[in-house]
Amino acid sequence: MGINYRSDREAAERVVDQIAGDGGEAIAVGADVTDSGAPDRLFGTLEDHFGAPVLALVNNAGVSRDDLVPTLGDEDWSTVIEVDLTAAFRLTRRALVPMMRARTGRIVNIASVVGLRANPGQANYAAAKAGLIALTKTAAVEVARRGVTVNAVAPGWIATEMTAELSKDLLEHVPARRAGTPEEVAGCVRFLASEEASYVTGAVLTVDGGMAA
Amino acid sequence: MPAITTDQVEARVVEALASFGPEADRISRDSTFEELDIDSLDLVELAQIVEDEYGVVLKGEDMKQLKSVGDAVDLIVSRSS
Repeated sequence: MGINYRSDREAAERVVDQIAGDGGEAIAVGADVTDSGAPDRLFGTLEDHFGAPVLALVNNAGVSRDDLVPTLGDEDWSTVIEVDLTAAFRLTRRALVPMMRARTGRIVNIASVVGLRANPGQANYAAAKAGLIALTKTAAVEVARRGVTVNAVAPGWIATEMTAELSKDLLEHVPARRAGTPEEVAGCVRFLASEEASYVTGAVLTVDGGMAA
Repeated sequence: MPAITTDQVEARVVEALASFGPEADRISRDSTFEELDIDSLDLVELAQIVEDEYGVVLKGEDMKQLKSVGDAVDLIVSRSS
């Protein structure tokens, strides 16, 4: 397993250690996914290290730069589209051919409920995540008969650094009346990446305590 | 690298195409991809096999021009020399 990081090497190494502690094998690979050469370097490193093609990809890198549309700047628009959508496209493109040739593969894109329904102040993030959902569905249909599945997970409010500063009053809009945990998202990703999910493709699995229902 | 022959390339292309569905004995130089039910995704995969095994890079626009098995074999042989 490869764990990609951009700046926080220590956090990536902690995940690697945790995987090793659970009996798995992982390496941390540094790369900024917005760099167009990153997919080849990342996949090349993993293919060399493990001596096998990468058969599961989770596109998890994401940033947000919130602002209302009338004042949203070009740079904040572009940064979010580049990290949350374009990088996932480039990594998916690099991953697909070896998966097609292996006649199996799993791609899981981390989208968001805001790609499904409006959230004022997040036009850039919502557009990127809606785009990611459309990319997911299109790629899924293109490669379905090769045994490769492409799905999206759409988390709602999850307790992470990205949501730490949000007002807890917003939980009123969550039917479950609580934030989700990263583990609750990871469980869905693990399912979609597993053999059991072999007939699930082009799907968007919401993990949102009922927000999008 | 020794020059690759047309016969070698044809045998490899037929083998690759057969792995996409059609029976190998239905595939000849004159077969068109349309009659073999080989679609554009199959041709993307064929291009990757050709790149890995012969070092010949075929782009999407190259593949779009190809109508028959013979077209593909001739293009690969001409690019590899």
